[in-house]
Amino acid sequence: MATVQPHAVRAGRGVELGLLVLALAIGVASYVLVGIGTTDKVPPDVLEYGLGMAVLAVGIHLVLRWRAPYADPVILPITVALNGIGLAMIYRIDFAYEARGRPHGFADRQLVWTAISVVLAAAVLILLRDHRTLRRYTYTAGIAGLALTLLPLVPGIGVLLNGARIWVRVGGVGFQPAEFAKIAFAIFFAGYLVTHRDALALAGPKVLGLHLPRAQDLGPILVVWAASVAVLVLERDLGTSLLFFGLFVAMLYLATERLSWVIIGLLLFVVGAGLAATAFSHVGARFDAWLHAFDPAVFDKAYGGSGQLVRGLFGMASGGLFGTGWGDGRPDLVPFAESDFIVASLGEELGLTGLIAILMCYLILAQRGFRTAIGVRDGFGKLLAGGLAFIVALQTFVVVGGVTRVIPVTGLVTPFIAYGGSSLVANWVIVALLLRISDEARRPARNVRVATPIAGVPQVAAGGDQPTEVIGGIS
Amino acid sequence: MSELTITLLRLGYLALLWVFVLTSIAVLRRDLYGTRITDRRRKARVPQPAGVTAQPTPAPPRQARSAGPSRLVVTEGPLRGTIIPLGSSAVLLGRAPSCTLVLDDDYSSSRHARIYPQGGQWFVEDLGSTNGTFVADQRVGAPTPLPTGTPVRVGQSVLELQR
Repeated sequence: MATVQPHAVRAGRGVELGLLVLALAIGVASYVLVGIGTTDKVPPDVLEYGLGMAVLAVGIHLVLRWRAPYADPVILPITVALNGIGLAMIYRIDFAYEARGRPHGFADRQLVWTAISVVLAAAVLILLRDHRTLRRYTYTAGIAGLALTLLPLVPGIGVLLNGARIWVRVGGVGFQPAEFAKIAFAIFFAGYLVTHRDALALAGPKVLGLHLPRAQDLGPILVVWAASVAVLVLERDLGTSLLFFGLFVAMLYLATERLSWVIIGLLLFVVGAGLAATAFSHVGARFDAWLHAFDPAVFDKAYGGSGQLVRGLFGMASGGLFGTGWGDGRPDLVPFAESDFIVASLGEELGLTGLIAILMCYLILAQRGFRTAIGVRDGFGKLLAGGLAFIVALQTFVVVGGVTRVIPVTGLVTPFIAYGGSSLVANWVIVALLLRISDEARRPARNVRVATPIAGVPQVAAGGDQPTEVIGGIS
Repeated sequence: MSELTITLLRLGYLALLWVFVLTSIAVLRRDLYGTRITDRRRKARVPQPAGVTAQPTPAPPRQARSAGPSRLVVTEGPLRGTIIPLGSSAVLLGRAPSCTLVLDDDYSSSRHARIYPQGGQWFVEDLGSTNGTFVADQRVGAPTPLPTGTPVRVGQSVLELQR
């Protein structure tokens, strides 16, 4: 005879505050070291900077104490630390750009975006009392996601920038609607799959030990595949296309536990990527730059060559095991060192040791998301938390994989670190949603006792009941 | 600033990063032990260390509300080991999800039997089940008083009241 008792969960707000102090120390130390590395003195506004970051971090910590007291204690400090590291690196690259007379001032803008993101995350935590509310907006979220994805194609507000049509510019403020579409799609997929997963999990024929789905259940995955190929063709954005399709396949696997969906998804992806690489020159060029990166002809190509990728690799190589130190490398030699290739910049200045620590932070963040998905009791929350955690993990993998030449370079953004307002805001909202769901997951169950009436025969449900097996010989 | 200071600061920063990562992991460590499983039988069989005097420590007195049984224990069947603490309300057994003890058993009816207190005593009542409820191998017709320790068979499961 064994009894199973759940461990009493500590709310963890005290632990969170302690970790937040460490995270803020990392952020401020990065800022100070950038000042020492570039100008040989501590930045004069370090106190204001530190205070501002502390106000934002403690503010959202207090919101958590108020509205989500059982939320996971590690998610917020990790996010704050990553954001702080990113801000310091953008600030450092600003110095380099300033010295070379190139446009700068990214750090100030990113600081404003950080403040906006934190306020928005707090608003999500305050206004959204229960994540299950979102399930009511399943199809609204699906349509909103589709509209956001298509927005850059609208003539007049859509902007073609660096070969991809993913920007929208309204009244001087530009943003990438696809960053917000990924949240909408996570909500839509979670709501859709929690309703339809039984049909999709039905096993069809078994081939080589693998349960294949029935042919008529292939509809949804083909629709999403076609949509992501359309994004690739019309907006020329490999990253968003990969993110949406990967998100759907991952959530399909979470919902059905059928490995066959993952294999079908991978096959579809390979087919789509192969078609795209042969049919479109810009995708083909990405593959070429990946496979033949060190070929001089590819390296020297003015547009679509491997120059950026190889310079990033050289930067990380010069960083070595412990890095050149903040402000002592030359990350600005790589194009887009503050956004797409910020991982290479960090690898150069912090070395492998620092970069692995940063990747560990992402790993812990994704793990907390999946742990939340395991802990939460409702199916919608499980799928949503799993999907959101997968978004963070897939973005990190695709960006870091691209920079380190594991996979071709795509246009995704390193969450929290890279320069970019839309991405920062969207990822903070993802964190707020994860915190909200983790509060539900870790909250101790209330002892609800359903009183059974003492007298009277209970009504037996009439429909949907199987007949009871009769024991032979007894009547 | 001297070269040495800068190098120390640089390495100190990397150390700070890793302190943060490792502290976070340490916070998560208790997550790995999500539930505690106590095997009661194994605990009982643990031999007494030789140095300890043979005086058996008395079991801590159970805080029972009265002399009556305090829990319903499944002693046989797929749910063996399940314990239901008894309160003042009835316990409904059956296959329906609304039952107190949901039996995943094709031989039990959706609402099979009820165990309820009345006048300081517990009774078992068959709710018109297909295969019947048996108290000490006797099929129950009318509500029957259920003494502590008497086995009740419901489908493939056997239950009993315990103090």
